[in-house]
Amino acid sequence: MSNSLDAYLILSAILFSIGTFGFLARRNAISMLMSIELMLNAVNLAIVAFGAFVPDLAGDAAVIALMVMAVAAAEATVGLAIVIAIFRNRRTPLVDEYDSLRR
Amino acid sequence: MAIPDTIPVLGVPWSDFLFVVFAFFMIVAALLVVVLRDIIRAGLAMIVSFGALAGLYVLLGAPFIAGAQVLVYIGAISVLILFAIMLTQSKAGPASLVFQTQAVPAAIAAVVLGFVLSLGILATDWGEVAEVIETATDELARLLFDEYVLAFEVVSVLLLAAVIGGVFLARHEEREQT
Repeated sequence: MSNSLDAYLILSAILFSIGTFGFLARRNAISMLMSIELMLNAVNLAIVAFGAFVPDLAGDAAVIALMVMAVAAAEATVGLAIVIAIFRNRRTPLVDEYDSLRR
Repeated sequence: MAIPDTIPVLGVPWSDFLFVVFAFFMIVAALLVVVLRDIIRAGLAMIVSFGALAGLYVLLGAPFIAGAQVLVYIGAISVLILFAIMLTQSKAGPASLVFQTQAVPAAIAAVVLGFVLSLGILATDWGEVAEVIETATDELARLLFDEYVLAFEVVSVLLLAAVIGGVFLARHEEREQT
């Protein structure tokens, strides 16, 4: 089981779906950011799995996975800064209460 | 003392056993992240999920990626998220409603997405080999600083820009009384 690419890719697909659900369904902005991190992790798992089982991609996949990690760190920094800036103005982390454009 | 290839009683190879254990912990922790009411606990479950994923990276023969996963995700991003949770939590405790009104359509969409992705994965021939190809750390370093050095530098500039942007956005503005 641990020697088949399909098992890892399906695991990655399940993790990505969980992240999608969390991003669409949660009310808290930080929960949505955590779901995005789950989705990025799922993509990284797929990339590393490809690198481990497809000979042409062997070394390159690890480099790409490292790049994805760095971009995820940048995304988390800016995303959390935006959430904190909004929280300072609106006093709530719940995204469905950010409705000043709709009233 | 050498560890035998298979688990003594069950007769299952260690790698398969560890794969199942790590996969189980990763999926269960990820589910807890999206359903738990208390967001601090969701953040802690996220750390468990990242740790199990680091174990899967080791099984995939990429120990350096596993180390980077522990350093970057568990060490940096999780702590950043926990700090942000503590900065933005109101005294009233967790919100009474965890999910938006669109939670049920979101669940259906996520299940359909996972199903379609799995179908695509199983239907495609990826040209894979049946053996894990190890990525040696020195080989990875040679690739990173030789062939991909431009991408490496671009990512470092991006990180610098993100740090400056994050500080600028989260800065407490001393504004005049208006």
